[in-house]
Amino acid sequence: MPKGRVSIVVERCKACGFCVEFCPTHVLALSSAFNSKGYHPPHVVHPEKCSGCDLCGMYCPDFAIFATKVDPAKGGDK
Amino acid sequence: MPDSLINDPVNPAVNPVEPFLRSDRMPSIWCPGCGIGTTVNSFARALIDSKIDLQSLALVSGIGCTGRVAGYVKLDSFHTTHGRAIPFATGLKLANPKLNVIVYSGDGDLSAIGGNHLIHAARRNIDLKVICVNNLIYAMTGGQTAPTTPEHSTTSTNPYGVFEPAFNLPHLVEAAGAVYVARWTTFHVRQLTRSIGEAFQKKGFSFIEVISPCPTLYQRRNKMGDGLDAMKFYKEKSKVRNGAPTSEVGLTMTGEIVVGKFVDRERPDYQTLMRAQYAESLGERFVEQAEMVCS
Ligand SMILES: Cc1ncc(C[n+]2csc(CCOP(=O)(O)OP(=O)(O)O)c2C)c(N)n1
Ligand code: SF4
Ligand SMILES: [Mg+2]
Repeated sequence: MPKGRVSIVVERCKACGFCVEFCPTHVLALSSAFNSKGYHPPHVVHPEKCSGCDLCGMYCPDFAIFATKVDPAKGGDK
Repeated sequence: MPDSLINDPVNPAVNPVEPFLRSDRMPSIWCPGCGIGTTVNSFARALIDSKIDLQSLALVSGIGCTGRVAGYVKLDSFHTTHGRAIPFATGLKLANPKLNVIVYSGDGDLSAIGGNHLIHAARRNIDLKVICVNNLIYAMTGGQTAPTTPEHSTTSTNPYGVFEPAFNLPHLVEAAGAVYVARWTTFHVRQLTRSIGEAFQKKGFSFIEVISPCPTLYQRRNKMGDGLDAMKFYKEKSKVRNGAPTSEVGLTMTGEIVVGKFVDRERPDYQTLMRAQYAESLGERFVEQAEMVCS
């Protein structure tokens, strides 16, 4: 079970790629889908690798992504 | 759109920085890959970590892309005229000494048109926390040379290359009297967050310079790629040297970027000196004014 979960606010994303580049465990990739402004937001390609460190959230200039720790007992957010 | 692009509706989580933002104003006007938003993100996280009372905060910006910060934070904030963030903030602080006043502005705003205010606020040691987003350019107005633009860069006003020497901001503000001086880049999000938290603890003029990408007007004209390329460049070229003599931390276009906390010292701030002077000169006739309450 992954230790963290990523949430993405698709419509805020401008596809700078900071989160994809700096995720230490390479959870993310830019998707081929568009948001309504025409950007390609990231999507989760390796959910099992997310540690919930929220480094993606710290780097995001658009407040469009963040990660939360998952409580293994509840299977939900801590 | 694939499911992984949508927030989990069963288990919605909230971005920890959301309470500090005017969410209704998002997405911001900043370009894709602009670093200003990342600095705001670190700033919001410093507010979370320091558990500072948000009612005690006021944020003042000048004009420029960075100046827009005042409009995106859910704090008492003011977007003042170009170069005048520091004088406006000084007025706030003098009228209401209990306020924690933050100045959040660009390199051009703070060191060109506002350069005199910068050095004199540092000299007087006014208790302000200044966050200077240094994208090495006047961004909002089309990429003109700023006092911070490194030599040999190309700008819209120096199409054959910048030949004038740039300001080394940490050195300038240290010489003028700042009590806390640090520099980070937008790559150093954790360190920047910690530095902003430290500045909240200081009494006196604190200055944090954040080197930040402007892909649209600086990177592009200098063939330095996009925002992500700038981030990788910062990662590669930055050297952490806490306590480095600020005379040695000047920036060049492609050379090393020295980052770290350079100055952390104590010096009585303006209002402490003012009270001491009045108490000494006026004796019993000096009565502290009752706290001002704005209604
Ligand atoms: C009195 C006055 N002079 C000039 C301007 C034009 N102006 C607006 S922003 C700016 C420079 C901003 O540069 P900086 O502070 O570095 O902000 P950035 O856009 O790079 O974040 C200038 C010259 C103005 N708005 N007001
Ligand atoms: S012009 Fe430069 S500084 Fe302004 S929003 Fe765009 S990238 Fe950011
Ligand atoms: Mg600038």
